Amino acid sequence: MSGRPLTHWRHRLAERGVDRQLWLLAPALIFVVALFLYPFFYGLTLSFQPTDGGPFSDYARFFSDAYERDTIWITLRIALPAALLNVLAAVPIAYRMRGRFRGKRLVTTLLVVPITLGTVLTAQGLLNFLGPTGWFNRILLSTNLVDEPVRLTHNYWGVFFSLVITGFPFAFLLVLSYLSGIDPTLERAAATLGADWRRRFTRITLPLLMPGLATTFCLTFVLAFSVFPSAVLVGNPAGETRVISLAAYQAAYEQYDYPYASAIAMIMGFVELVIIALVLGARSRFYTGSTGGKG
Amino acid sequence: MATITQAPPARPPVPTDRRRRVVARPAAWIVWGVVIFFFLNLLGVVASVLVSSFGRRWFDTWLPDGYTTSWYGRAWEEFALLQVIVVTLEVSVLVVGLSLLIGVPAAYVLARRSFPGKRLIFLVFLLPILMPPITYGIPLATVLYKFGLAGNMSGVVLANLVPSVPFVILTMTPFIEQIDPRIESAARMCGAGLRTVFLRVLTPLLVPGILASAILVLVRTVGMFELTFLTAGPDSQTLVVALYYSMSASGIRAQQSVDAMAVIYTSMMLVLLVVALRYVNPTQLVAQVKEDPEH
Repeated sequence: MSGRPLTHWRHRLAERGVDRQLWLLAPALIFVVALFLYPFFYGLTLSFQPTDGGPFSDYARFFSDAYERDTIWITLRIALPAALLNVLAAVPIAYRMRGRFRGKRLVTTLLVVPITLGTVLTAQGLLNFLGPTGWFNRILLSTNLVDEPVRLTHNYWGVFFSLVITGFPFAFLLVLSYLSGIDPTLERAAATLGADWRRRFTRITLPLLMPGLATTFCLTFVLAFSVFPSAVLVGNPAGETRVISLAAYQAAYEQYDYPYASAIAMIMGFVELVIIALVLGARSRFYTGSTGGKG
Repeated sequence: MATITQAPPARPPVPTDRRRRVVARPAAWIVWGVVIFFFLNLLGVVASVLVSSFGRRWFDTWLPDGYTTSWYGRAWEEFALLQVIVVTLEVSVLVVGLSLLIGVPAAYVLARRSFPGKRLIFLVFLLPILMPPITYGIPLATVLYKFGLAGNMSGVVLANLVPSVPFVILTMTPFIEQIDPRIESAARMCGAGLRTVFLRVLTPLLVPGILASAILVLVRTVGMFELTFLTAGPDSQTLVVALYYSMSASGIRAQQSVDAMAVIYTSMMLVLLVVALRYVNPTQLVAQVKEDPEH
Protein backbone atom coordinates (compact mmCIF):
# COMPACT_ATOMS: atom_id res chain seq x y z
CA MET A 1 0.00 0.00 0.00
CA SER A 2 2.74 2.45 0.83
CA GLY A 3 5.67 3.14 -1.42
CA ARG A 4 8.42 2.26 1.05
CA PRO A 5 10.46 -0.88 0.48
CA LEU A 6 8.95 -3.81 2.27
CA THR A 7 10.55 -7.00 3.40
CA HIS A 8 9.28 -10.16 1.85
CA TRP A 9 7.10 -11.33 4.73
CA ARG A 10 5.70 -7.93 5.32
CA HIS A 11 4.60 -7.87 1.74
CA ARG A 12 2.99 -11.27 2.08
CA LEU A 13 1.12 -10.16 5.20
CA ALA A 14 -0.07 -6.99 3.52
CA GLU A 15 -1.53 -9.05 0.73
CA ARG A 16 -3.68 -10.81 3.29
CA GLY A 17 -4.76 -7.50 4.79
CA VAL A 18 -2.33 -7.25 7.69
CA ASP A 19 -0.35 -4.00 7.74
CA ARG A 20 0.56 -1.14 10.01
CA GLN A 21 -2.92 0.31 10.00
CA LEU A 22 -4.05 -2.55 12.20
CA TRP A 23 -2.11 -0.95 15.06
CA LEU A 24 -5.19 1.24 15.43
CA LEU A 25 -6.83 -1.80 16.95
CA ALA A 26 -4.15 -2.11 19.59
CA PRO A 27 -5.57 0.17 22.29
CA ALA A 28 -8.96 -1.47 22.11
CA LEU A 29 -7.44 -4.94 22.13
CA ILE A 30 -5.18 -4.19 25.09
CA PHE A 31 -8.16 -2.77 26.87
CA VAL A 32 -10.41 -5.75 26.23
CA VAL A 33 -7.69 -8.20 27.22
CA ALA A 34 -6.73 -6.35 30.40
CA LEU A 35 -10.19 -5.44 31.63
CA PHE A 36 -12.39 -8.17 30.27
CA LEU A 37 -10.54 -11.34 29.29
CA TYR A 38 -7.93 -11.27 32.05
CA PRO A 39 -10.47 -10.74 34.87
CA PHE A 40 -12.68 -13.36 33.31
CA PHE A 41 -9.96 -16.01 33.27
CA TYR A 42 -8.75 -14.86 36.66
CA GLY A 43 -12.25 -15.45 37.98
CA LEU A 44 -12.41 -18.78 36.19
CA THR A 45 -9.20 -20.04 37.78
CA LEU A 46 -10.18 -18.54 41.12
CA SER A 47 -13.43 -20.49 41.01
CA PHE A 48 -11.38 -23.70 40.89
CA GLN A 49 -9.33 -22.69 43.93
CA PRO A 50 -11.90 -22.72 46.72
CA THR A 51 -10.96 -21.79 50.26
CA ASP A 52 -11.35 -25.43 51.20
CA GLY A 53 -11.91 -28.63 49.27
CA GLY A 54 -10.95 -29.83 45.83
CA PRO A 55 -11.04 -27.77 42.63
CA PHE A 56 -14.72 -28.41 41.95
CA SER A 57 -15.98 -28.15 45.49
CA ASP A 58 -17.40 -24.63 45.05
CA TYR A 59 -19.41 -25.78 42.06
CA ALA A 60 -20.52 -28.86 43.97
CA ARG A 61 -21.47 -26.60 46.88
CA PHE A 62 -23.64 -24.46 44.64
CA PHE A 63 -25.46 -27.37 43.03
CA SER A 64 -25.93 -29.37 46.22
CA ASP A 65 -27.53 -26.52 48.14
CA ALA A 66 -31.15 -26.15 47.02
CA TYR A 67 -31.32 -22.56 48.25
CA GLU A 68 -28.46 -21.67 45.91
CA ARG A 69 -29.33 -23.99 43.03
CA ASP A 70 -32.87 -22.67 42.80
CA THR A 71 -31.57 -19.18 42.02
CA ILE A 72 -31.04 -20.37 38.44
CA TRP A 73 -34.71 -21.32 38.01
CA ILE A 74 -35.85 -18.21 39.84
CA THR A 75 -33.82 -16.03 37.50
CA LEU A 76 -34.99 -17.85 34.39
CA ARG A 77 -38.60 -17.77 35.55
CA ILE A 78 -38.42 -14.00 35.80
CA ALA A 79 -36.17 -13.23 32.86
CA LEU A 80 -37.55 -15.48 30.11
CA PRO A 81 -41.24 -14.45 30.35
CA ALA A 82 -40.28 -10.79 30.75
CA ALA A 83 -38.00 -10.85 27.69
CA LEU A 84 -40.55 -12.79 25.63
CA LEU A 85 -43.38 -10.45 26.58
CA ASN A 86 -41.27 -7.40 25.76
CA VAL A 87 -40.35 -8.66 22.31
CA LEU A 88 -43.78 -10.06 21.41
CA ALA A 89 -45.60 -6.92 22.54
CA ALA A 90 -43.14 -4.77 20.64
CA VAL A 91 -43.84 -6.39 17.26
CA PRO A 92 -47.47 -5.37 16.65
CA ILE A 93 -46.90 -1.94 18.13
CA ALA A 94 -43.81 -1.31 16.06
CA TYR A 95 -45.56 -2.71 12.98
CA ARG A 96 -48.28 -0.14 13.40
CA MET A 97 -45.91 2.70 14.10
CA ARG A 98 -43.42 2.26 11.31
CA GLY A 99 -43.71 4.75 8.54
CA ARG A 100 -44.38 8.35 9.32
CA PHE A 101 -47.19 9.85 11.29
CA ARG A 102 -47.73 12.91 13.36
CA GLY A 103 -46.35 12.53 16.86
CA LYS A 104 -44.05 9.62 16.08
CA ARG A 105 -41.09 11.52 17.40
CA LEU A 106 -43.03 12.24 20.59
CA VAL A 107 -43.98 8.59 21.12
CA THR A 108 -40.44 7.34 20.56
CA THR A 109 -39.08 10.06 22.83
CA LEU A 110 -41.52 9.10 25.57
CA LEU A 111 -40.44 5.50 25.19
CA VAL A 112 -36.81 6.39 25.76
CA VAL A 113 -37.69 7.88 29.15
CA PRO A 114 -38.02 4.54 31.01
CA ILE A 115 -34.64 3.44 29.69
CA THR A 116 -33.04 6.48 31.22
CA LEU A 117 -34.97 6.12 34.47
CA GLY A 118 -32.88 3.10 35.30
CA THR A 119 -33.79 0.24 37.54
CA VAL A 120 -33.39 2.05 40.84
CA LEU A 121 -35.80 4.87 40.14
CA THR A 122 -38.25 2.46 38.55
CA ALA A 123 -38.11 0.41 41.72
CA GLN A 124 -38.84 3.44 43.86
CA GLY A 125 -41.72 4.45 41.61
CA LEU A 126 -43.18 0.95 41.57
CA LEU A 127 -43.09 0.82 45.36
CA ASN A 128 -45.05 4.04 45.52
CA PHE A 129 -47.41 3.36 42.64
CA LEU A 130 -48.21 -0.34 43.03
CA GLY A 131 -47.90 -0.51 46.81
CA PRO A 132 -50.91 -1.39 48.97
CA THR A 133 -51.83 2.30 49.38
CA GLY A 134 -50.57 3.38 45.97
CA TRP A 135 -52.66 4.87 43.20
CA PHE A 136 -53.01 1.62 41.27
CA ASN A 137 -54.62 -0.22 44.15
CA ARG A 138 -56.70 2.84 45.00
CA ILE A 139 -58.14 2.86 41.48
CA LEU A 140 -58.89 -0.86 41.66
CA LEU A 141 -60.52 -0.47 45.06
CA SER A 142 -62.59 2.57 44.20
CA THR A 143 -63.90 0.94 41.02
CA ASN A 144 -64.75 -2.14 43.09
CA LEU A 145 -62.67 -4.42 40.90
CA VAL A 146 -61.07 -5.91 43.98
CA ASP A 147 -62.04 -6.05 47.65
CA GLU A 148 -58.61 -5.70 49.16
CA PRO A 149 -55.35 -4.28 47.81
CA VAL A 150 -53.57 -6.53 45.33
CA ARG A 151 -50.09 -7.36 46.47
CA LEU A 152 -47.85 -6.33 43.57
CA THR A 153 -44.65 -5.29 45.29
CA HIS A 154 -42.08 -7.24 47.29
CA ASN A 155 -42.81 -10.33 45.24
CA TYR A 156 -42.40 -11.80 41.76
CA TRP A 157 -44.70 -9.29 40.10
CA GLY A 158 -42.84 -6.24 41.31
CA VAL A 159 -39.66 -7.48 39.66
CA PHE A 160 -41.55 -8.55 36.56
CA PHE A 161 -43.15 -5.12 36.12
CA SER A 162 -39.87 -3.37 36.64
CA LEU A 163 -38.35 -5.53 33.89
CA VAL A 164 -41.24 -4.73 31.56
CA ILE A 165 -40.99 -1.01 32.23
CA THR A 166 -37.27 -0.85 31.52
CA GLY A 167 -37.16 -3.61 28.92
CA PHE A 168 -40.17 -2.96 26.74
CA PRO A 169 -39.10 0.46 25.41
CA PHE A 170 -35.69 -0.96 24.63
CA ALA A 171 -37.20 -3.90 22.73
CA PHE A 172 -39.64 -1.59 20.98
CA LEU A 173 -36.97 0.79 19.71
CA LEU A 174 -34.85 -2.09 18.44
CA VAL A 175 -37.77 -3.78 16.70
CA LEU A 176 -38.88 -0.47 15.22
CA SER A 177 -35.45 0.15 13.77
CA TYR A 178 -35.27 -3.36 12.34
CA LEU A 179 -38.74 -2.93 10.84
CA SER A 180 -37.83 0.42 9.36
CA GLY A 181 -34.82 -1.26 7.80
CA ILE A 182 -37.05 -3.49 5.70
CA ASP A 183 -37.63 -1.96 2.32
CA PRO A 184 -41.32 -0.93 2.17
CA THR A 185 -41.37 -1.51 -1.59
CA LEU A 186 -41.17 -5.27 -0.96
CA GLU A 187 -44.52 -5.17 0.78
CA ARG A 188 -45.96 -2.89 -1.81
CA ALA A 189 -44.91 -5.32 -4.50
CA ALA A 190 -46.72 -8.09 -2.63
CA ALA A 191 -49.79 -5.88 -2.34
CA THR A 192 -49.91 -5.30 -6.07
CA LEU A 193 -49.81 -9.06 -6.49
CA GLY A 194 -52.93 -9.28 -4.34
CA ALA A 195 -51.63 -10.26 -0.90
CA ASP A 196 -53.72 -8.95 1.98
CA TRP A 197 -52.06 -7.46 5.07
CA ARG A 198 -52.06 -10.75 6.93
CA ARG A 199 -50.18 -12.54 4.18
CA ARG A 200 -47.88 -9.60 3.64
CA PHE A 201 -46.98 -9.71 7.32
CA THR A 202 -46.54 -13.47 7.68
CA ARG A 203 -44.87 -14.13 4.32
CA ILE A 204 -42.70 -11.05 3.86
CA THR A 205 -42.24 -8.84 6.89
CA LEU A 206 -42.02 -11.48 9.60
CA PRO A 207 -39.41 -13.70 7.89
CA LEU A 208 -37.26 -10.65 7.21
CA LEU A 209 -37.76 -9.48 10.77
CA MET A 210 -36.97 -12.79 12.51
CA PRO A 211 -33.16 -12.32 12.76
CA GLY A 212 -33.75 -8.87 14.24
CA LEU A 213 -36.26 -10.31 16.69
CA ALA A 214 -33.74 -12.94 17.78
CA THR A 215 -31.13 -10.25 18.43
CA THR A 216 -33.66 -8.12 20.28
CA PHE A 217 -34.68 -11.08 22.41
CA CYS A 218 -31.04 -11.74 23.30
CA LEU A 219 -30.35 -8.16 24.32
CA THR A 220 -33.57 -7.88 26.33
CA PHE A 221 -32.86 -11.22 27.95
CA VAL A 222 -29.38 -10.09 29.00
CA LEU A 223 -30.94 -7.05 30.66
CA ALA A 224 -33.54 -9.15 32.39
CA PHE A 225 -31.16 -11.93 33.37
CA SER A 226 -28.83 -9.64 35.27
CA VAL A 227 -31.70 -8.13 37.24
CA PHE A 228 -30.26 -7.07 40.54
CA PRO A 229 -31.42 -3.80 42.08
CA SER A 230 -35.10 -4.35 41.42
CA ALA A 231 -34.92 -7.91 42.76
CA VAL A 232 -33.70 -6.45 46.04
CA LEU A 233 -35.87 -3.34 46.16
CA VAL A 234 -39.26 -4.39 44.75
CA GLY A 235 -38.82 -8.12 45.05
CA ASN A 236 -38.50 -10.50 47.92
CA PRO A 237 -34.72 -10.96 48.02
CA ALA A 238 -34.83 -13.66 50.67
CA GLY A 239 -37.18 -15.98 48.82
CA GLU A 240 -39.22 -15.66 45.68
CA THR A 241 -36.89 -13.33 43.79
CA ARG A 242 -33.51 -14.37 45.12
CA VAL A 243 -31.92 -14.21 41.67
CA ILE A 244 -28.52 -15.64 40.85
CA SER A 245 -26.81 -12.26 40.64
CA LEU A 246 -27.90 -11.65 44.21
CA ALA A 247 -26.38 -14.97 45.29
CA ALA A 248 -23.10 -14.01 43.61
CA TYR A 249 -23.15 -10.58 45.21
CA GLN A 250 -23.81 -11.99 48.68
CA ALA A 251 -20.96 -14.48 48.31
CA ALA A 252 -18.53 -11.73 47.31
CA TYR A 253 -19.54 -8.80 49.48
CA GLU A 254 -21.21 -10.35 52.50
CA GLN A 255 -19.21 -13.56 52.96
CA TYR A 256 -16.04 -12.25 51.23
CA ASP A 257 -15.71 -15.67 49.58
CA TYR A 258 -14.34 -14.55 46.21
CA PRO A 259 -13.72 -18.06 44.80
CA TYR A 260 -17.33 -19.02 45.51
CA ALA A 261 -18.61 -15.73 44.09
CA SER A 262 -16.54 -16.30 40.95
CA ALA A 263 -17.94 -19.80 40.64
CA ILE A 264 -21.50 -18.44 40.83
CA ALA A 265 -20.65 -15.73 38.30
CA MET A 266 -19.27 -18.39 35.94
CA ILE A 267 -22.40 -20.51 36.31
CA MET A 268 -24.50 -17.42 35.66
CA GLY A 269 -22.54 -16.52 32.54
CA PHE A 270 -22.72 -20.11 31.32
CA VAL A 271 -26.49 -20.38 31.73
CA GLU A 272 -26.95 -17.08 29.96
CA LEU A 273 -24.67 -17.98 27.08
CA VAL A 274 -26.48 -21.31 26.62
CA ILE A 275 -29.78 -19.50 26.18
CA ILE A 276 -28.23 -16.95 23.82
CA ALA A 277 -26.51 -19.68 21.81
CA LEU A 278 -29.83 -21.49 21.45
CA VAL A 279 -31.56 -18.36 20.21
CA LEU A 280 -28.76 -17.36 17.88
CA GLY A 281 -28.53 -20.94 16.62
CA ALA A 282 -32.19 -20.76 15.71
CA ARG A 283 -31.55 -17.35 14.18
CA SER A 284 -29.01 -18.71 11.71
CA ARG A 285 -31.76 -20.87 10.23
CA PHE A 286 -33.72 -17.80 9.17
CA TYR A 287 -32.99 -15.67 6.17
CA THR A 288 -30.07 -13.37 6.90
CA GLY A 289 -29.28 -11.14 4.03
CA SER A 290 -30.12 -7.78 2.63
CA THR A 291 -33.53 -6.53 3.65
CA GLY A 292 -33.45 -3.79 1.09
CA GLY A 293 -32.64 -1.26 3.77
CA LYS A 294 -30.25 -2.04 6.57
CA GLY A 295 -30.92 -4.30 9.46
CA MET B 1 -55.06 8.63 14.43
CA ALA B 2 -55.63 5.00 13.56
CA THR B 3 -56.10 5.68 9.88
CA ILE B 4 -52.96 7.73 9.58
CA THR B 5 -50.78 5.04 11.09
CA GLN B 6 -51.71 2.28 8.73
CA ALA B 7 -49.16 0.65 6.51
CA PRO B 8 -48.49 2.30 3.16
CA PRO B 9 -51.72 1.65 1.31
CA ALA B 10 -51.83 -0.56 -1.69
CA ARG B 11 -52.87 1.90 -4.34
CA PRO B 12 -53.98 -0.01 -7.42
CA PRO B 13 -56.40 -2.68 -6.11
CA VAL B 14 -58.97 -0.54 -4.35
CA PRO B 15 -61.21 -3.35 -3.01
CA THR B 16 -58.27 -4.99 -1.20
CA ASP B 17 -57.54 -1.70 0.46
CA ARG B 18 -61.05 -1.31 1.82
CA ARG B 19 -61.20 -4.85 3.15
CA ARG B 20 -57.86 -4.45 4.87
CA ARG B 21 -58.99 -1.34 6.67
CA VAL B 22 -62.03 -3.04 8.17
CA VAL B 23 -59.85 -5.87 9.45
CA ALA B 24 -57.16 -3.58 10.75
CA ARG B 25 -59.29 -1.22 12.76
CA PRO B 26 -59.93 -3.27 15.96
CA ALA B 27 -56.29 -4.32 15.96
CA ALA B 28 -55.29 -0.68 15.78
CA TRP B 29 -57.46 0.15 18.78
CA ILE B 30 -55.98 -2.73 20.79
CA VAL B 31 -52.46 -1.63 19.95
CA TRP B 32 -53.12 1.97 20.88
CA GLY B 33 -54.93 0.83 24.01
CA VAL B 34 -51.92 -1.18 25.15
CA VAL B 35 -49.59 1.73 24.44
CA ILE B 36 -51.78 4.14 26.35
CA PHE B 37 -52.14 1.72 29.27
CA PHE B 38 -48.37 1.35 29.38
CA PHE B 39 -47.86 5.11 29.37
CA LEU B 40 -50.51 5.67 32.03
CA ASN B 41 -48.78 3.26 34.37
CA LEU B 42 -45.41 4.76 33.55
CA LEU B 43 -46.83 8.18 34.31
CA GLY B 44 -48.17 6.84 37.59
CA VAL B 45 -44.77 5.42 38.51
CA VAL B 46 -42.93 8.66 37.80
CA ALA B 47 -45.62 10.96 39.16
CA SER B 48 -45.95 9.08 42.43
CA VAL B 49 -42.27 9.65 43.11
CA LEU B 50 -42.57 13.30 42.10
CA VAL B 51 -45.68 13.98 44.21
CA SER B 52 -44.24 12.14 47.18
CA SER B 53 -41.05 14.18 47.07
CA PHE B 54 -43.10 17.38 47.49
CA GLY B 55 -45.55 15.89 49.98
CA ARG B 56 -45.48 16.89 53.63
CA ARG B 57 -47.04 13.68 54.90
CA TRP B 58 -48.54 11.00 52.68
CA PHE B 59 -50.08 7.90 54.10
CA ASP B 60 -53.40 6.33 53.22
CA THR B 61 -54.82 9.04 50.95
CA TRP B 62 -54.97 9.92 47.26
CA LEU B 63 -52.68 12.91 47.64
CA PRO B 64 -50.39 14.19 50.39
CA ASP B 65 -52.01 16.45 52.99
CA GLY B 66 -49.64 19.32 52.32
CA TYR B 67 -46.81 20.35 50.10
CA THR B 68 -43.29 21.41 50.88
CA THR B 69 -39.93 21.65 49.16
CA SER B 70 -37.97 21.03 52.33
CA TRP B 71 -37.22 17.38 51.46
CA TYR B 72 -34.93 18.53 48.70
CA GLY B 73 -32.79 20.56 51.06
CA ARG B 74 -32.75 17.68 53.48
CA ALA B 75 -31.79 15.13 50.83
CA TRP B 76 -29.09 17.47 49.53
CA GLU B 77 -27.45 17.63 52.95
CA GLU B 78 -28.12 14.11 54.22
CA PHE B 79 -26.74 12.36 51.19
CA ALA B 80 -23.95 14.88 50.40
CA LEU B 81 -25.45 15.19 46.96
CA LEU B 82 -23.15 17.91 45.69
CA GLN B 83 -20.15 15.63 46.05
CA VAL B 84 -22.08 12.70 44.57
CA ILE B 85 -23.10 14.73 41.52
CA VAL B 86 -19.57 16.01 41.00
CA VAL B 87 -18.27 12.42 41.14
CA THR B 88 -20.98 11.29 38.71
CA LEU B 89 -20.03 13.99 36.21
CA GLU B 90 -16.30 13.35 36.55
CA VAL B 91 -16.73 9.61 36.04
CA SER B 92 -19.03 10.10 33.05
CA VAL B 93 -16.79 12.60 31.29
CA LEU B 94 -13.73 10.41 31.80
CA VAL B 95 -15.53 7.30 30.59
CA VAL B 96 -16.88 9.07 27.50
CA GLY B 97 -13.53 10.58 26.57
CA LEU B 98 -11.50 7.42 27.08
CA SER B 99 -13.97 5.11 25.38
CA LEU B 100 -14.05 7.39 22.32
CA LEU B 101 -10.25 7.54 22.17
CA ILE B 102 -9.99 3.77 22.37
CA GLY B 103 -13.08 2.84 20.42
CA VAL B 104 -13.12 5.09 17.35
CA PRO B 105 -9.80 3.92 15.83
CA ALA B 106 -10.80 0.30 16.41
CA ALA B 107 -14.20 0.94 14.84
CA TYR B 108 -12.43 2.45 11.83
CA VAL B 109 -10.30 -0.64 11.27
CA LEU B 110 -13.23 -2.98 11.79
CA ALA B 111 -15.43 -1.01 9.40
CA ARG B 112 -12.90 -0.60 6.61
CA ARG B 113 -10.54 -3.52 6.59
CA SER B 114 -10.71 -7.23 6.31
CA PHE B 115 -7.94 -9.31 7.84
CA PRO B 116 -7.53 -12.78 9.28
CA GLY B 117 -9.16 -13.13 12.68
CA LYS B 118 -11.50 -10.20 12.19
CA ARG B 119 -14.58 -12.17 13.18
CA LEU B 120 -12.90 -13.40 16.34
CA ILE B 121 -11.88 -9.88 17.33
CA PHE B 122 -15.38 -8.64 16.64
CA LEU B 123 -16.81 -11.38 18.84
CA VAL B 124 -14.44 -10.47 21.67
CA PHE B 125 -15.60 -6.86 21.44
CA LEU B 126 -19.21 -8.01 21.43
CA LEU B 127 -18.94 -10.20 24.52
CA PRO B 128 -18.91 -7.45 27.17
CA ILE B 129 -22.25 -6.22 25.82
CA LEU B 130 -23.74 -9.69 25.67
CA MET B 131 -22.74 -10.63 29.21
CA PRO B 132 -24.69 -9.38 32.20
CA PRO B 133 -22.57 -6.82 34.09
CA ILE B 134 -22.68 -8.82 37.33
CA THR B 135 -21.09 -11.84 35.62
CA TYR B 136 -17.88 -10.11 34.64
CA GLY B 137 -18.27 -7.36 37.24
CA ILE B 138 -17.49 -9.62 40.19
CA PRO B 139 -14.23 -11.08 38.77
CA LEU B 140 -13.33 -7.61 37.47
CA ALA B 141 -13.89 -6.03 40.87
CA THR B 142 -11.81 -8.81 42.46
CA VAL B 143 -8.93 -8.09 40.08
CA LEU B 144 -9.23 -4.34 40.55
CA TYR B 145 -9.19 -4.75 44.33
CA LYS B 146 -6.12 -6.96 44.01
CA PHE B 147 -4.28 -4.15 42.23
CA GLY B 148 -5.64 -1.53 44.59
CA LEU B 149 -7.59 0.15 41.82
CA ALA B 150 -11.10 -0.40 43.14
CA GLY B 151 -12.78 1.51 45.91
CA ASN B 152 -11.91 4.79 44.28
CA MET B 153 -12.66 6.66 41.12
CA SER B 154 -10.13 4.95 38.87
CA GLY B 155 -11.82 1.63 39.56
CA VAL B 156 -15.24 3.04 38.73
CA VAL B 157 -13.96 4.54 35.48
CA LEU B 158 -12.12 1.37 34.45
CA ALA B 159 -15.11 -0.84 35.20
CA ASN B 160 -17.47 1.42 33.29
CA LEU B 161 -15.16 1.40 30.27
CA VAL B 162 -15.72 -2.32 29.81
CA PRO B 163 -19.19 -2.06 28.26
CA SER B 164 -18.62 1.48 26.92
CA VAL B 165 -15.74 0.80 24.52
CA PRO B 166 -17.58 -2.02 22.69
CA PHE B 167 -20.65 0.18 22.62
CA VAL B 168 -18.67 2.98 20.92
CA ILE B 169 -17.27 0.48 18.43
CA LEU B 170 -20.71 -0.87 17.62
CA THR B 171 -22.34 2.53 17.20
CA MET B 172 -19.46 4.07 15.26
CA THR B 173 -19.01 1.27 12.71
CA PRO B 174 -22.11 2.13 10.64
CA PHE B 175 -21.22 5.82 10.70
CA ILE B 176 -17.76 5.06 9.35
CA GLU B 177 -19.15 2.71 6.71
CA GLN B 178 -21.27 5.58 5.42
CA ILE B 179 -18.23 7.68 4.53
CA ASP B 180 -17.06 7.21 0.98
CA PRO B 181 -13.62 5.53 1.11
CA ARG B 182 -12.64 7.48 -2.01
CA ILE B 183 -12.45 10.61 0.14
CA GLU B 184 -9.69 8.99 2.17
CA SER B 185 -7.98 7.72 -0.96
CA ALA B 186 -8.02 11.22 -2.38
CA ALA B 187 -6.52 12.64 0.80
CA ARG B 188 -3.88 9.91 0.78
CA MET B 189 -3.03 10.64 -2.82
CA CYS B 190 -2.53 14.27 -1.94
CA GLY B 191 0.11 13.15 0.54
CA ALA B 192 -1.77 12.95 3.82
CA GLY B 193 -0.55 10.37 6.32
CA LEU B 194 -2.82 8.21 8.42
CA ARG B 195 -2.82 10.75 11.23
CA THR B 196 -3.72 13.64 8.95
CA VAL B 197 -6.45 11.58 7.30
CA PHE B 198 -7.85 10.87 10.75
CA LEU B 199 -7.67 14.34 12.19
CA ARG B 200 -8.38 16.50 9.14
CA VAL B 201 -10.66 14.32 7.04
CA LEU B 202 -12.40 11.63 9.04
CA THR B 203 -12.99 13.32 12.38
CA PRO B 204 -14.87 16.32 10.95
CA LEU B 205 -17.02 13.97 8.89
CA LEU B 206 -17.64 11.75 11.89
CA VAL B 207 -18.71 14.49 14.30
CA PRO B 208 -22.41 13.48 14.21
CA GLY B 209 -21.54 9.87 14.91
CA ILE B 210 -19.08 10.75 17.66
CA LEU B 211 -21.63 13.02 19.31
CA ALA B 212 -24.28 10.34 19.10
CA SER B 213 -22.17 7.62 20.65
CA ALA B 214 -20.70 10.01 23.24
CA ILE B 215 -24.16 10.91 24.44
CA LEU B 216 -25.33 7.33 24.49
CA VAL B 217 -22.29 6.30 26.51
CA LEU B 218 -22.90 9.23 28.84
CA VAL B 219 -26.50 8.18 29.44
CA ARG B 220 -25.44 4.58 29.99
CA THR B 221 -22.68 5.53 32.40
CA VAL B 222 -24.86 7.80 34.51
CA GLY B 223 -27.45 5.03 34.65
CA MET B 224 -25.01 2.13 35.09
CA PHE B 225 -25.67 0.60 38.45
CA GLU B 226 -24.05 -2.82 38.77
CA LEU B 227 -20.45 -2.08 37.77
CA THR B 228 -20.27 1.16 39.72
CA PHE B 229 -21.88 -0.54 42.69
CA LEU B 230 -19.28 -3.30 42.71
CA THR B 231 -16.24 -1.06 42.39
CA ALA B 232 -17.16 2.19 44.14
CA GLY B 233 -15.82 3.19 47.52
CA PRO B 234 -17.55 5.62 49.87
CA ASP B 235 -16.04 8.64 48.07
CA SER B 236 -16.64 7.44 44.55
CA GLN B 237 -20.36 6.66 44.52
CA THR B 238 -22.32 7.88 41.56
CA LEU B 239 -25.87 9.11 41.91
CA VAL B 240 -27.55 5.75 41.11
CA VAL B 241 -25.47 3.91 43.67
CA ALA B 242 -26.08 6.54 46.33
CA LEU B 243 -29.78 6.30 45.53
CA TYR B 244 -29.69 2.52 45.89
CA TYR B 245 -27.96 2.72 49.26
CA SER B 246 -30.42 5.28 50.53
CA MET B 247 -33.32 3.12 49.36
CA SER B 248 -32.08 -0.16 50.79
CA ALA B 249 -31.42 1.60 54.09
CA SER B 250 -34.88 3.18 54.11
CA GLY B 251 -36.64 3.21 57.39
CA ILE B 252 -33.73 5.17 58.79
CA ARG B 253 -34.54 8.15 56.62
CA ALA B 254 -37.85 9.60 55.55
CA GLN B 255 -39.29 8.08 52.40
CA GLN B 256 -39.76 11.54 50.96
CA SER B 257 -36.13 12.54 51.06
CA VAL B 258 -35.27 9.37 49.15
CA ASP B 259 -37.97 10.37 46.67
CA ALA B 260 -36.46 13.83 46.41
CA MET B 261 -33.11 12.28 45.59
CA ALA B 262 -34.75 10.08 42.97
CA VAL B 263 -36.31 13.18 41.41
CA ILE B 264 -32.92 14.89 41.29
CA TYR B 265 -31.53 11.81 39.55
CA THR B 266 -34.41 11.69 37.09
CA SER B 267 -34.15 15.34 36.18
CA MET B 268 -30.44 14.92 35.54
CA MET B 269 -31.21 11.99 33.27
CA LEU B 270 -33.96 13.92 31.53
CA VAL B 271 -31.64 16.84 30.78
CA LEU B 272 -29.17 14.37 29.27
CA LEU B 273 -31.98 12.75 27.34
CA VAL B 274 -33.23 16.02 25.88
CA VAL B 275 -29.68 16.85 24.81
CA ALA B 276 -29.24 13.35 23.41
CA LEU B 277 -32.37 13.46 21.32
CA ARG B 278 -31.17 16.57 19.56
CA TYR B 279 -28.41 14.47 18.04
CA VAL B 280 -29.72 10.92 18.03
CA ASN B 281 -32.87 9.52 16.56
CA PRO B 282 -33.91 6.83 19.01
CA THR B 283 -34.68 4.35 16.25
CA GLN B 284 -31.24 4.78 14.75
CA LEU B 285 -29.52 3.06 17.62
CA VAL B 286 -28.93 -0.13 15.67
CA ALA B 287 -29.68 0.60 12.05
CA GLN B 288 -30.08 3.42 9.62
CA VAL B 289 -33.72 4.06 8.94
CA LYS B 290 -34.72 3.81 5.36
CA GLU B 291 -37.39 6.41 5.01
CA ASP B 292 -40.44 5.70 2.98
CA PRO B 293 -39.54 6.96 -0.49
CA GLU B 294 -43.09 8.14 -1.08
CA HIS B 295 -42.91 11.00 1.36
